[in-house]
Amino acid sequence: MPEPHWLDRPGNVRLIWRGFIVVLALTVMVEPLVDLHPHFAVEALFGFHAWFGLLSCAAMIVGAKALGALLKRRDSYYGEGERDE
Amino acid sequence: MSELLRHPGLLLIAGALVLPWLRGTARGGAVIVLPLAALVLVWGLPDGALAQVRFLDYTLTPLEGGRLGRLFATIFALMAFGGGLFALRQPSRVEVPAAFVYAGSAIGVALAGDLVTVFVFWELMAVGSTLVLWSHGTRPSWHASQRYLMIHLLGGMLVFAGVTGHIAQTGSVAFVAMKADSAAHWLLLAGFLLNAGAPPLSAWLPDAYPEASWSGMVFLSAFTTKTAVYVLLRGFPGTELLVWIGFFMVFYGIVYALLENDMRRILAYSIVNQVGFMLVGIGIGTEMALNGAAAHAFTHIIYKALLLMSAGSVLLMTGRRKCSELGGLYRSMPLTTICGSIGALAISAFPLTSGFVSKSMVTQAATDQGMMTAWLLLTAASAGVFLHAGIKFPWFVFFQKDSGLRPADPPSSMRWAMILFAFLCIALGVWPDPLYRLLPYPVDYVPYTAPHVVTQTQLLLFSGLAFFLLLPLLKRTPTITLDVDWIYRRPLTWAVRAVGRSLALVREAAAGAAMATFDRVRGGVRGYVMRHGGLAQTSPIGSMALWVLVLLLAYLVLYYV
Repeated sequence: MPEPHWLDRPGNVRLIWRGFIVVLALTVMVEPLVDLHPHFAVEALFGFHAWFGLLSCAAMIVGAKALGALLKRRDSYYGEGERDE
Repeated sequence: MSELLRHPGLLLIAGALVLPWLRGTARGGAVIVLPLAALVLVWGLPDGALAQVRFLDYTLTPLEGGRLGRLFATIFALMAFGGGLFALRQPSRVEVPAAFVYAGSAIGVALAGDLVTVFVFWELMAVGSTLVLWSHGTRPSWHASQRYLMIHLLGGMLVFAGVTGHIAQTGSVAFVAMKADSAAHWLLLAGFLLNAGAPPLSAWLPDAYPEASWSGMVFLSAFTTKTAVYVLLRGFPGTELLVWIGFFMVFYGIVYALLENDMRRILAYSIVNQVGFMLVGIGIGTEMALNGAAAHAFTHIIYKALLLMSAGSVLLMTGRRKCSELGGLYRSMPLTTICGSIGALAISAFPLTSGFVSKSMVTQAATDQGMMTAWLLLTAASAGVFLHAGIKFPWFVFFQKDSGLRPADPPSSMRWAMILFAFLCIALGVWPDPLYRLLPYPVDYVPYTAPHVVTQTQLLLFSGLAFFLLLPLLKRTPTITLDVDWIYRRPLTWAVRAVGRSLALVREAAAGAAMATFDRVRGGVRGYVMRHGGLAQTSPIGSMALWVLVLLLAYLVLYYV
């Protein structure tokens, strides 16, 4: 049995998640230390880019899902069957 | 005419015509040297009109040096080099020559001084790109290339009508900045926009490109849409409509890419999305915005080619293209995974990558103009790019579940092409000055400020969080999403077939009726002339004398009346 890839060990994946959350928190907490000189009033709200990014992504995913319910078809729809090489 | 000998585009096209007859090392050497020679020629061109040709009543300028043209010709030649290197092992003997005709024509548009030359190279591009698609030789690619050609011939007609209208109005063939203020200019704008992948006909792009070979799509991703960006930058800067068309393309690209399962079609939708950013910049029209659009076209060609090289490597090594059948390839394709991820970070405009230094100029231009709606949309769109191309592509192809596939990294020529373009993505991000010096206007912009780095990192990392939190909603299904091409692939096709069938019926009925009439007439005639017919019978002398008598009497009567 070959040594599993370091990304395949559950412990490492947990570690990456923890690191990710720490970095997320850091990017927001560093805000007071940086002069953001906002151009628009909304930009001055605390952690604007964090929550705006999160919410707009959620909106796009849900929006895509809704459009998909209407426009999704099986990939054999146009009758060209298997598209593989 | 002899000045045309140093036309970099014509050099590539002429080289492409020789390539199919070369073999082995000679062919490989030519594929590598031709684009580099073109690059050297581009850099040797001084500013101003360099070649003039009389055509009908006009003086054409097929070769003209200028800042914007040089920028685009540079990236087109560089792309031909990277794509050629990646495609060295492509067994098709048509694809690379066709791609060089395509690249050479794109350079021809970039260095054109007049609209007639633009049109000629514009059409040559359509021929070259269709041949790249055809050369793949599968049934889907044949059908897709027919639809592709149909749309691009329509686009060519629009451009031709616009050019002739413009010449009729102004009497000049010069390619100068225009306004959308006359029918001719609207036609020209529509023709340019069609190639940019703008609505309503944007479906040609995600329909056709993913049907090319593993190396073909790398070429296709670069030239058509970015040549359209170039002519819009030069012909219609500051046309406000482009801002809104651009935003439509940006969000169309994100939403369709989020729904897509085919890895290269995700990247095709992403092209529409990225060209959308460029159109927004062109529409804003300030020097900062136009610089941003041009810079973004430059960096985009590199990172999108890199992404498509990594996808092409996966396709070549696994023969699969659907996210639902891929995953876990990082174990056996480490280099492809790393290069694909660098492309993904660059398209997402992470700090220290090329996307960061180019896209932010467009956003900055919107800020400078106080366009808050545009700025909010651009910010949301940047988050969306990370979502659909930055994470979704590498996640579903290289990570997620273990598909059980253990393909190796691709052969060395493909690896080197990826390494080169990955290097450029990082180098331009770390050291943007050489790119900034090439831009059409002087650059007064510093991308790396503390607030910019902090806010962009926040935006992207929280978009990443959104992706993983909502992962169940993004589960891959073996589906496609209907687009405008449905209209001409379904109802229009049915309508044409129905009309054909009705015409066949009418023809049959008409032919039947004609035959029946003919038969009746023939029957009647036969009745008289054939055996037993009135005219075929022998008559007695007496009856003949009687008829002569009747005729003579009638004559006598008529004479006296």
